[in-house]
Amino acid sequence: MSNLLTISPSPHAKGKETVPSLMYGVLMALIPAFLFSLYFFGIGALVTTLVSVGFCVLFEWLIAKYILNTKPQVCDGSAILTGVLLAFNLPSNINPFIVMIGALVAIGVAKMSFGGLGQNLFNPALVGRVFLLISFPQQMTTWPLPIENRLNYLDAVTGATPMSHDMLGKTDTVDMLMGATGGSLGEVAAIALIIGGIYMIWRKIITWHIPVSIIGTVAVFTLLVWLIDPTVCVNPLYHLLGGGLMLGAIFMATDYVTSPMSSTGKIVYGIGIGLLTVIIRLWGSYPEGMSFAILLMNAVTPLINKKFKPTRFGEIKTK
Amino acid sequence: MDNVIVISVLILGGIAILAAVILYVIARKFKVEEDPRIDQVAECLPGANCGGCGYAGCRNFAEACVKDFNGKVCTAGGNDVMKKVADVLGVEAVAADAKIAVVRCRGSKDCRPKTSNYEGAPTCAIAAWTYGGETGCAFGCIGLGDCESVCQFGAIKVNHETGLPEVNDEKCTGCGACVKACPKIVIELRKKAPKFRKVFVSCVNKDKGAVAKKACSAACIGCGKCAKTCPFEAITVENNLAYIDFNKCKMCRKCVEACPTGAIKEENFPPRKPKEEAAPAPAKAPQTAAQSTPEKTSENK
Amino acid sequence: MGGVHPADKKITAAKPITPLAVPQTVAIPCAMHIGAPAEIIVQKGDKVKVGQLIAKATGFVSANIHSSVSGTVKNIGPVADASGYTKQAVYITVEGDEWDESIDRTPDLKRNIDDLKPEDIINKVHEAGIVGMGGATFPTRVKLMVPEGKKADAVLINAVECEPYLTADHRVMLEKGEQMLIGTQLLMKAVHCDRAYIGIEQNKPDAIDYLTKLSANYPGITVVPLKLKYPQGSEKHLIKAILGREVPPPPHLPIDVGAVVDNAGTAVAVYEAVMKNKPLIERVVTVTGDSVNNPGNFLVRIGTPISALIEAVGGMPDDTEKIISGGPMMGKAVNSLEIPVAKGTSGILMLPKSLAHRGEPAACIRCGKCVDACPMGLEPYLLSKLAKLKRFDDLEANHITDCISCGCCMFACPSNRPILDYMNFGKGKVLAIIKSRKK
Repeated sequence: MSNLLTISPSPHAKGKETVPSLMYGVLMALIPAFLFSLYFFGIGALVTTLVSVGFCVLFEWLIAKYILNTKPQVCDGSAILTGVLLAFNLPSNINPFIVMIGALVAIGVAKMSFGGLGQNLFNPALVGRVFLLISFPQQMTTWPLPIENRLNYLDAVTGATPMSHDMLGKTDTVDMLMGATGGSLGEVAAIALIIGGIYMIWRKIITWHIPVSIIGTVAVFTLLVWLIDPTVCVNPLYHLLGGGLMLGAIFMATDYVTSPMSSTGKIVYGIGIGLLTVIIRLWGSYPEGMSFAILLMNAVTPLINKKFKPTRFGEIKTK
Repeated sequence: MDNVIVISVLILGGIAILAAVILYVIARKFKVEEDPRIDQVAECLPGANCGGCGYAGCRNFAEACVKDFNGKVCTAGGNDVMKKVADVLGVEAVAADAKIAVVRCRGSKDCRPKTSNYEGAPTCAIAAWTYGGETGCAFGCIGLGDCESVCQFGAIKVNHETGLPEVNDEKCTGCGACVKACPKIVIELRKKAPKFRKVFVSCVNKDKGAVAKKACSAACIGCGKCAKTCPFEAITVENNLAYIDFNKCKMCRKCVEACPTGAIKEENFPPRKPKEEAAPAPAKAPQTAAQSTPEKTSENK
Repeated sequence: MGGVHPADKKITAAKPITPLAVPQTVAIPCAMHIGAPAEIIVQKGDKVKVGQLIAKATGFVSANIHSSVSGTVKNIGPVADASGYTKQAVYITVEGDEWDESIDRTPDLKRNIDDLKPEDIINKVHEAGIVGMGGATFPTRVKLMVPEGKKADAVLINAVECEPYLTADHRVMLEKGEQMLIGTQLLMKAVHCDRAYIGIEQNKPDAIDYLTKLSANYPGITVVPLKLKYPQGSEKHLIKAILGREVPPPPHLPIDVGAVVDNAGTAVAVYEAVMKNKPLIERVVTVTGDSVNNPGNFLVRIGTPISALIEAVGGMPDDTEKIISGGPMMGKAVNSLEIPVAKGTSGILMLPKSLAHRGEPAACIRCGKCVDACPMGLEPYLLSKLAKLKRFDDLEANHITDCISCGCCMFACPSNRPILDYMNFGKGKVLAIIKSRKK
């Protein structure tokens, strides 16, 4: 016998998915949205994304190597994903310096200080985004107008998001679906995000529970309010297609680390995000509530995991 | 204006007093009557919660001691601690034999050739559950360090050169946590002798001589030479394995010389002079001898 | 709910069962079943015939063991088996191939079961030492003795064979289909019920067609094609798929929902025991692997060393780094080629280097794939963590005892974490704690 036999407990077979394959799968799913943002925002989208990804990977590597003294795992793709998602949540004309701060907060504060991949309580990209939103409200809420600013970067002509109160209801829903509106670079084209979501569900990277429950809750809730009093709330379609809802529901809320484990838990989590988003949008002082809603529900995730267990085999309620 | 200040001071003060009263009442109502001696006893204990006494933690042990002191021993703290506890409780402490852990396996990487590669979860318990081990010996040390991870005192460490754990005699308190953690029951608690001297059969292989020897060159083959040599009848051979009763052993070390495979191990003795007599040599054991090294004993052969 | 889809790799599905030459010596372990080991009743130097009783069952959950060869008892001593530890075994030097006279070795089918009483069938099954041949090796007699106050209303024949690579049951169905159906009738009679279902996964269409045609002559027996999914062949999931009933959590057993489940190979063994008086002395073993020269299905005497099987398929490929007794999902890796084929050995699988190793474990990313994959509705990520921390009370509260060790959680884990290793360790400890509590 040339080789020593290897012994391990069963199973001896292994599925194909690995952490990098899952992370790169999500990145694949983000490609359509990225292409749309390149089309609408041009060079700004490219620069912002590259800067964000670059700094996220760099910070992860530095912190893992020199502060945590562990082997850096930047190849697993999670830092790249955080970088892309952070960029997708920023206006495309933002100063690269601000992006760097966002990346530092996302990776350094929200991820590595908890112990790295798998340990963080909050979605790193969202923590970075919310930090920037609070620190640089001016820069974070002036979005370049799409298409005509493709070749400009920092000096782009800006406009407001369709979600701000004075703009509500004035943008065409088809434009919102196709992404021809102002907004953060990755969140404008709902159709591209939906394509990415379908891809991820087809590849079994995510399950349908979280996106469907968020979108469903927002739809039902805004429809009810709209029917009762259209002055408080515009057409539900605006809420579904506008702002970061699609990006959040499909890519941010489904983040493995910070979302619940069981199917029922995922639905509860999704409904929570949907409700909080609408409440913040309609009655809060921010025009956009997705980020805050997801972060708030991230905090509740451990409790959801405790409360909503999967159904045990054989445990049928006796009638 | 004055009115506002007065009112707010009164209201806040009132709330404060009310809260204080509520807190006081609740504290009184839910007070747990506890023997104050429990705290005093607990303070005497090492506080490592090693579980060597058989109780979940030091405080549980303290409660048990207060209830009934007889027969309770803090293995980690030893006689000194039990004396203190006895003083607190106003009773007489009975001195117990101090114990120390020994690793009964000499199957280092050189002696025990590997026959397979283990690739499961890196704990001895799971490796032992999976199969006999990476070598031909299904009895000996696995070397994944379950003992090291349970030791609260940093007294047992796996030496990665040999793949075997080594006991730091100075630090070992004899709590027995490693004994419980070892799935192969390789570690044993033996009576602590002066200067940490130890003579023991460093093997637990119960296979027949030829099988054991094939798997490990340092295995006890159950030949019984040691038992015949021992002047104190301290050695018994059962299931192809010799065992030295530490209550009978006088540490004459004759068995060490008699053992053909070197399975009997002596530790912390001064180097032998040729033809040395049975009586232990005058104490000049170098401090470093506390670190047990297999090389040391092999030199002596 | 749950489950995974491993690549089925049934390389040997078209290879007919070939009898393997009787080896020169066999080592027959006396613990080849769940329960008390059998007590050896022969001595060194005794002459034995094929089919002669050599070890007697020692308790209710135990099984008789018969000599699989004729010859002289060479020795009674320890043999390492698939568990990696040694067990007592009877070593027999083979001389000729002389069978016990009472065994009917003719190939004729015996169909008439009308004269048999249920007790006779159960006694025969017990005498012949029949155990579950799917791998769990639970003594079949115990399953057939329906406890007081409970009633079996269906016999399920587990012909799912959901483990990748293995084709032993598949070939048995194709080559001994009629025997299997008569065996099924015997099982139905033994437990006093009049319907039986044969569950077969859809990746074996030839077996489904063949048995459906045959079963027309056997009233009460229905062939049920089942969805391709691992672990479809788990007893509990088979009952759910066929009868739509869920067996409640342990300590409940399939009989609590009126089901008796036996493996396809077991049904054939029951036929042979009852109608032909042949004890369980040989079984079909699939010997396979991705780089094996000539993989196949073999009829092997119990006690044959697996080295003889490996010889029969053209030797061990050079790149073999892991040998598994059983299938890749639940089989045991072995560290010696001298371990004997036992009653539960359904396959010998030689994995090449590329498949033999586990990946480097990485951090848990809490993706929940293990939760989605678990067919029992458990939370493997949590259980493995609790087991690592030795929090046995919490493990029990989170139903670790439900775990069927199917391996879906680890199969699904993208981080290569040894989830099931820790869970099995925890389950063992918790079961021991529960047992000690009863005393």
